[in-house]
Amino acid sequence: MKKCDLMVDLGRRRFLSGAGMAAAGAAATTIGSGPAQAKPAAALVDYPVSRLGTVAELKVNEPKDVSYPDGDAPGVLIKLGKRVPGGVGPDGDIVGFSTLCPHKGYPLAFNTADKTLNCPGHYSRFDCEAGGQQIWGQSTQNLPQYALRVEANGDIVAEGLDELLYGRLSNVL
Amino acid sequence: MTYKRQIDRLPIVPADAKEHNVTCHFCIVGCGYKAYTWDINKQGGTEPSQNKFKVDLAKQQGADSPAWYAPSMYNIVKQGGKDVHLVIMPDKNCAVNSGLGSVRGARMAETSYSEARSTQQQRLTDPMVWRYGAMSPTSWDDALDLVARVTCQIIKDQGEDGLFVSAFDHGGAGGGYENTWGTGKLYFGAMKVKNIRIHNRPAYNSEVHATRDMGVGELNNCYEDAQLADTIVVVGANPLETQTNYFLNHWVPNLRGTSVDKKRAELPNEAHAQGRIVIVDPRRTVTVNACEAEAGKDRVMHLAINSGTDLALFNAWMTYIAEKGWVDKALIAASTNGFDKMVAANKTTLEQAAALTGLTVDQIRQSAEWIAMPKEGNARRRTMFAYEKGLIWGNDNYRTNGALVNVALATGNIGRPGGGCVRLGGHQEGYSRPSDAHVGRPAAYVDKLLIEGKGGVHHIWACDHYKTTLNAHQFKRTYKKRSDLVKEAMDSVPFGDRPALVNAIVDAIKKGGLFSVDVDIVPSQIGQAAHVWLPAATSGEMNLTSMNGERRMRLVERYMDPPGQSMPDCLIAARIANNMERVFREIGMAQAADNFKGFDWKTEEDAFMDGYHKHEKGGEHVTYARLKAAGTNGFQEPATGFADGKIAGTKRLFADGKFGGKDGKATFMETQWRGLQAAGKQAEKDKFAFLINNGRANLVWQNAYLDQHNDFVMDRQPYPFIELNPADMAELGLKQGDLVEVYNDNGSTQAMAYPTPSAKRKQAFMLFAYPTGVQGNVVSAGVNEFVIPNYKQTWGNIRKIASAPEGTRHLSFKSQEYAV
Repeated sequence: MKKCDLMVDLGRRRFLSGAGMAAAGAAATTIGSGPAQAKPAAALVDYPVSRLGTVAELKVNEPKDVSYPDGDAPGVLIKLGKRVPGGVGPDGDIVGFSTLCPHKGYPLAFNTADKTLNCPGHYSRFDCEAGGQQIWGQSTQNLPQYALRVEANGDIVAEGLDELLYGRLSNVL
Repeated sequence: MTYKRQIDRLPIVPADAKEHNVTCHFCIVGCGYKAYTWDINKQGGTEPSQNKFKVDLAKQQGADSPAWYAPSMYNIVKQGGKDVHLVIMPDKNCAVNSGLGSVRGARMAETSYSEARSTQQQRLTDPMVWRYGAMSPTSWDDALDLVARVTCQIIKDQGEDGLFVSAFDHGGAGGGYENTWGTGKLYFGAMKVKNIRIHNRPAYNSEVHATRDMGVGELNNCYEDAQLADTIVVVGANPLETQTNYFLNHWVPNLRGTSVDKKRAELPNEAHAQGRIVIVDPRRTVTVNACEAEAGKDRVMHLAINSGTDLALFNAWMTYIAEKGWVDKALIAASTNGFDKMVAANKTTLEQAAALTGLTVDQIRQSAEWIAMPKEGNARRRTMFAYEKGLIWGNDNYRTNGALVNVALATGNIGRPGGGCVRLGGHQEGYSRPSDAHVGRPAAYVDKLLIEGKGGVHHIWACDHYKTTLNAHQFKRTYKKRSDLVKEAMDSVPFGDRPALVNAIVDAIKKGGLFSVDVDIVPSQIGQAAHVWLPAATSGEMNLTSMNGERRMRLVERYMDPPGQSMPDCLIAARIANNMERVFREIGMAQAADNFKGFDWKTEEDAFMDGYHKHEKGGEHVTYARLKAAGTNGFQEPATGFADGKIAGTKRLFADGKFGGKDGKATFMETQWRGLQAAGKQAEKDKFAFLINNGRANLVWQNAYLDQHNDFVMDRQPYPFIELNPADMAELGLKQGDLVEVYNDNGSTQAMAYPTPSAKRKQAFMLFAYPTGVQGNVVSAGVNEFVIPNYKQTWGNIRKIASAPEGTRHLSFKSQEYAV
């Protein structure tokens, strides 16, 4: 049910934005050439539900390398020590981000002093405490952030993304 | 919450998508892009055979992939009246950017007009006229008839000096060779309009008169020179933010040391090393930060001078370098005039300059050594000089420009690899017009004349004085008052009664009113006061030619339809000319009417062939077909021939030692220091607490007219930021994101406080020309002797207006400096 709620919410935001991008892509998929499909294509890509870590193992300001939604998509889990947008866990301070710079795909480095992810390629900076907002840089997107959920046993689970990942035209390949 | 697009996939560019050459239409750098379009009901696939990139898109692509595009690079637009998919992505094969896209250019698709995806719905689709108390749509015939009738009547009453014009003179969007020629042929050919100004300044003048007067055209090198220089000197510019991919693709390799092999290959027989850089700027910028990150602090000198004292520094460099004998004696003897006289007149000791600039004697001496001290084996050091608005819109513009060119010329750095003395530029260039000699010098101070009630009709072409002029507060008040007189008169008669309407307008003009015609792609702020809006097409909606900062000329091919009835500016100018010819005949001015012949263009290519091809140096070698074949690399102007299917160009100007003076030489300039030159600046400095330094920034640069309706940008920058030292903020009772008022005797404006530890005390930096807070409101009317504005030296006070509004509460106010 939770996953379903999230998708409804994402769908509403997309409609409000007036863009309908994923819908446009999906419509083209449906209309495109090829054999008729028995089942209509989904409006969103189907994100895997992946266990990325546990609440207990995370220490404040020590990022854990993860990957999501597959092994070719590096990212981090960070416990920031401060309740932030998109944060989960008992303190609302655990966040997850892609660490491929959405500008040119260079690996981002975490700066523990100001809790930013920094790109050595072209100096772009993203604020982990502000939903991955680009503080300064050449990316035309803010940093893709994980939709996270904490299970009753403390497992941290990722089940979605809010921007297109660098290097792929579908977040799930 | 931070803005997210919630996009999880994009349509794939199919293998058979149409491909168009695109040069980014925003800034001077002119990065190469490709626009791909394909039918709305088709898409490519992940198999290599199914997509344009011939790669397996079911796999993660690596860094710098030429096969990935961001959601901002996608849209749905009209082509031939039908919806098509559009992807505009950086071109790896363009020598300018090598596949890099900036945060501005990489949003060209997203900032295109789309009915399907509701982007840029602000775009003008129809001619609009003031009717029944609002702007209302009408036909081209109706709008042009009204414009022509009022304009011709005012010329009949007041002569051509009654027609005031504000017009772009640049390339890229809102410009280009076709459109400068169209407007130029109208105002300088059919008429001899004298009361004309350029988009960003209050008169029709060069921003770099001095270098031209010295015989040294201002765009004289090539971008590769930044990779070859031993030392780069950059003055009053912030190239990481405002020439982004020029900096990233050509300066950074030199600063990193990765262009050393190129140096050795192209310039054998001399020592080469990783580059050094001298940055003259009162403010620490992200450019300084990036240079330090790449070259190391010991190869970067940031000379944070007292605002407006550049001239003293340059004269001291010149004096010291001449004393040391580090000048190019052969070049000075063969190709220049006035060296000794200049050196004597400009003599400035290191100590004198230190006192004025606030630098140490050692800093000035060391920077002079980096510029001119010979390398190993007594080889001449190769130094590239680059400058922009910190100098151009700074104190004593003319002399300061001359003083920098003196140093570059004396050290033999013009026309040579690794050299050049160049402005970095704002827009691309794209100037082709009949002679402007009748405008005179100094040119008319148009904004001042408008404030004084002069002129009856004002034609505006892609200019917005309300955002981008000095003394803007007063200008807006007066302009609105004059325009309102005409609006009230128009409201007093039925719109359909043309003679009565024209009479009412003309009567109102006699009482001090002003009839305002605004040609633009969007409703601008000055457009709020206009009586007619004429909708223009922009780059990509028309074929458009321009050249970048290394004179690289390219054709942007039309890849989509212009919105509604909008047309290229050159054709709007032609249709105004056609209508003015007709009306002049009707009102018995046949002789005037005859001047309006030669505007029978049907397409922008007609205007190009009539203008650039016929009139510009080397233009006879240049056609659309040849430019199309030359792709995103084009050629470097001027063209010198056409052979083997290619236009031959010119890599560097003055490479043969022949300069632009009448005798083929360059002439040194006497440029003595004279303090804060513009009237009233010193008194303003003495009276107010804060320097209100100002300039551009990364996110919005030559694109605010579109970005004011872009969610990604307005989420990050709802108001112009003002960088303040945290201690100053504490004194003013300010927290991050609070709205402040900046005020002085010229006017007032608003900005959003951005705490900036690297900002000097009492030295604020405010984003220039932003729609939600106009810095020009507090800039005095003071100009130099050639009517160049002095935006940079502005002083004012600051006070809190309101605590951070909702739109700023989610923002990050962390340092913009890259830090690992």
